[in-house]
Amino acid sequence: MSHRLETGGRLIDRTVPRQFTFNGKTMRGYAGDTLASALLGQGQMLVGRSFKYHRPRGIVASGAEEPNALMSLGTDKTFEPNARATTTELFDGLAAESQNHWPSLEFDIGEINAKLSRFLPAGFYYKMFLWPRSFWKHVYEPIIRKSAGLGRAPRHRDADHYEHFNATVDVLIVGGGIAGLQAAKAAGEAGADVLLIEQTAHWGGRAPVDGAVIDRVSADEWVSTTLATLEAMPNVRLRMRTMGAGVYDHGYALAYERLTDHAPDPSLPRHRLWRIRAGRIVTATGAIERPLSFAGNDLPGVMLASAVRDYVTNYAVAPGQRTVVVTNNDDGYRTALTVQNAGLEAVVLDARSGATGPLAEAARAAGIRVMTGRGISKVTGKGKVEAVAVCDVLGAGAVLEELQADCVAMAGGWSPVVHLWSHCGGKLTWQDDGALFRPDPKRAPTGADGAAFVLAAGTANGEFTTADVLSDAQKTGEAAAIQVVASGKAGAAATADPEIVQAMRPVWTMPEKASYALRSKAWLDYQNDVKVTDVELAAREGFESVEHAKRYTTLGMATDQGKLSNINGLAVLAGQLGQDIPKVGTTTFRPPYHPISMGAIAGEARGDLFQPIRKTPIHDWHDANGAHWEPVGHWRRPYAFVKEGEDIQTAVNREVLATRNSVGLLDASTLGKLVVKGPDAGRFMDMMYTNMMSTLAVGKCRYGLMCSENGFLSDDGVVARIDEDTWLCHTTTGGADRIHAHMEEWLQTEWWNWKVYVANVTEQYAQIGVVGPKARDVLIKLGGMDLSKDGLPFMQWAEGALGQFSARVFRISFSGELSFEIAVPASQGRAFWDALLEAGAEFRITPYGTEALHIMRAEKGFIMIGDETDGTVIPQDLGLNWAISKKKEDFLGKRAQERDHMTDPLRWKLVGLETLDGSVLPDGSYAVGEGMNANGQRVVQGRVTSTYHSPTLDRGIAMGLVELGPDRMGEVMEFNRVDGTYVLAKIVHQVFFDRDGDKQNV
Amino acid sequence: MLILKCPYCGVACDETELDAGGEAHLTRHGPGSSDNAFEEYMFMRENPRGVHFERWRHAYGCGKWFHAARNTSTLEVFGTYSAQVIEPPKDIREAISAKVPGWRWRDFA
Repeated sequence: MSHRLETGGRLIDRTVPRQFTFNGKTMRGYAGDTLASALLGQGQMLVGRSFKYHRPRGIVASGAEEPNALMSLGTDKTFEPNARATTTELFDGLAAESQNHWPSLEFDIGEINAKLSRFLPAGFYYKMFLWPRSFWKHVYEPIIRKSAGLGRAPRHRDADHYEHFNATVDVLIVGGGIAGLQAAKAAGEAGADVLLIEQTAHWGGRAPVDGAVIDRVSADEWVSTTLATLEAMPNVRLRMRTMGAGVYDHGYALAYERLTDHAPDPSLPRHRLWRIRAGRIVTATGAIERPLSFAGNDLPGVMLASAVRDYVTNYAVAPGQRTVVVTNNDDGYRTALTVQNAGLEAVVLDARSGATGPLAEAARAAGIRVMTGRGISKVTGKGKVEAVAVCDVLGAGAVLEELQADCVAMAGGWSPVVHLWSHCGGKLTWQDDGALFRPDPKRAPTGADGAAFVLAAGTANGEFTTADVLSDAQKTGEAAAIQVVASGKAGAAATADPEIVQAMRPVWTMPEKASYALRSKAWLDYQNDVKVTDVELAAREGFESVEHAKRYTTLGMATDQGKLSNINGLAVLAGQLGQDIPKVGTTTFRPPYHPISMGAIAGEARGDLFQPIRKTPIHDWHDANGAHWEPVGHWRRPYAFVKEGEDIQTAVNREVLATRNSVGLLDASTLGKLVVKGPDAGRFMDMMYTNMMSTLAVGKCRYGLMCSENGFLSDDGVVARIDEDTWLCHTTTGGADRIHAHMEEWLQTEWWNWKVYVANVTEQYAQIGVVGPKARDVLIKLGGMDLSKDGLPFMQWAEGALGQFSARVFRISFSGELSFEIAVPASQGRAFWDALLEAGAEFRITPYGTEALHIMRAEKGFIMIGDETDGTVIPQDLGLNWAISKKKEDFLGKRAQERDHMTDPLRWKLVGLETLDGSVLPDGSYAVGEGMNANGQRVVQGRVTSTYHSPTLDRGIAMGLVELGPDRMGEVMEFNRVDGTYVLAKIVHQVFFDRDGDKQNV
Repeated sequence: MLILKCPYCGVACDETELDAGGEAHLTRHGPGSSDNAFEEYMFMRENPRGVHFERWRHAYGCGKWFHAARNTSTLEVFGTYSAQVIEPPKDIREAISAKVPGWRWRDFA
């Protein structure tokens, strides 16, 4: 069983004990522990249940590549699922829970799945749960989701806060091992601004654990000397607990800094996302050890050999009393020696026929039993390693000897961490020596200057001896700096003695001729529960492309993204297909390298800061007077003003009737207001609008339509001619910025020699609609302007003083009522609103919201951009031919509207719709016709575009687009409801109220 | 995330400051043009692997439209220039030729 050793532990401080809980049980560790080392120190080897088969699982690794030890941390507002125990630093009060088991970790009902594993092969879910289709959502998915998967999603708002941080550097170096430190030193000496980041809380990476000697001193000593040098360099910045998460086009990189995960402090941001622009990026990301694929390699107690020596050396934690090291290379002997030196027992099974390297000799000299040409047939035990069956590595698994053991250390060789290199398109090359993929410098990601901007260094570049790593890192760091700062010279690289290394022997399944029974218990991907036989099955079933096999088996698709399983899986696939590994290739590495928090991605953009809200000058009054808000673009507009005791619909009805019968008040400030000015403005306006705008007389208003060049109706609004060379264009609320950009685009890129200037003055004015039979009476009370029928006729505007306000009054109507829209400077908006309320009090003036606005326009048959239009509708569909100039030679959309599809008489056209029973038609409902179309669907012949209850008429009214609609007046059609029933509606004229316009012309 | 230098205000813009405007150097075909010519203008776009000319707008900056010549495969940027020209200027074409001898894009080379 795993336990804490009496002495040692280079990273822990035994004088500072830490207390934490695991599944409610109180446990102890030390400062410097990770949650994983503390759990192992307490003898807790079982840490979770596997994804699919619910097999008992233990800690495999010591770093970010850990597939099994996923924990739920914290509670309620600090709850976080799927945190790796190996990357979680221990602090007092940490609360961890294991995942994916019921009712408990030790006794789990789902374990039955392991017994059924023969019946749950790769693709099982695809094959099994095809039919009936209706079961997908409500039966299969909930059951599968409950039995499979990892932690639960948090159910509370996150109490922590996060931030983004921008940085621009010459050289970003990812990875603070000896390669990263050496590269940073070289780049710094050459004069570059350097940022060096390291994902863990320690500098130096593996070298101190692996016993490297650099410049004739221990790695630990060299690291601290080098760090001191770097810290003294003003052009070098160092950040630990900061992971390089992703590399993107043109030297953009994301780094993920964990500020308080190790020492919770709500006053600080928990995570910080660094958005880095780097001239060059050096990936000194090291390598990850590969597991070996033998039966029972997922039992708790089976670990990576490098992790075993990490736990012993760094944390003084022994994963077991008796460790079987199974290796195919020299590096495994380092673990055997470490274990032996700690007073524990080790046996080595070396897959190579002979072990002649200096490390093997040292192991033998230390009295460690070394067996060559041997492998593991299977590991057995009840929920943990108890016995190891030794076999001939080339055979079928016949047991030669059984060893009692409680830990198995797998040394399957090393895979360089090439993720960041690959994120932005860097390609890999296969290297037989070490059986690994390494970055291909000839096919690097290229930047804006056309040159490679990512450079790999050290182990990440396929270099493995200390001397090679240091010289490669020095060379790379210097090159990166010089490529950015154009000159400079780095000092010499640190040195290490050359090492004699015996070549490794790739072993992809152990033993080589393992039976099906053994292979079906040999795990490739621990986190997604993928076995050797699953990949073989995928290949047999035709999923030969590595990308297909990955998706079919889910190999490498879990949160660890195949850090351990990738190469082993590829090799098994290649073996099954009879191809070379490089020919099969790798799947695509995508960011982030390691999961990052959603909070870090959001940064400060949450709550009130998620999106700024645009407020009209009258916003506060609305807020204080019962506004039920509706988002319109970035604006908030009152949908209705709900009074005490009212529901929303009652409020809307009241607002409509009050406006129709007396006078209503509308805050129309959000409407877009664009000034188009200049000697060529008239000519420009004629191109922008379908109407003739150049002939509009000064002082008059005209309703105008704007189309895209493709002919479709894009926006509408009233245009006022201000003076000889100035037009004021009103746009829809959501359209102001878009139409402004549209005008600028044509002015800048097509008619750049036209003398026109466009300004968006939307926010410069408050605009208030005074609407209803008593509107004029209210304004007369303010006084100062002649707003009589003849003084300001319909569709004209006038400027003057209304009471104490300087105002521009437009006599326009979107409701069919006598209506004035009055613009005043934004700063006067609220005062003007208050003055109107006071003047209108005797007429019971009633502020109304957007819903009353919509209903009144629908009662009058006026279209609304976004309701009657959806990007496929042309003005002709809406009966707006009167607003399309026949005289103009050209306007945006004219040529497009001449295409035969646009002039097809069968296009759906606008009509009014009245249900026979007076009910309100469902929004978006379709008019179904007789028979089926080519796809076997019911024929449709129209659809509802706007539908409301009209308080004025006390019945449902609607508008819709119907095939040959205007020719079918009086015809009754069937409209579908969501529940499958139909409602009958009659085609009528779309103007439901005051068709002659008597009410507005008074 | 690309960086393009706005030729008007001189700022090296992150892609998030820009709006993409598709292919550059289109010739507008309005009323009177044939169906084929209009279709070509409205819908048919180059989609090269290699040299390409694009329109961008410094939307969250100076607001100006400009053109960029770049390599869609290597992401190399040959240069940015005014949108108010009907063909790539000589220095841009020479910069491309220096890197991609014999390049051709629609009628330009």
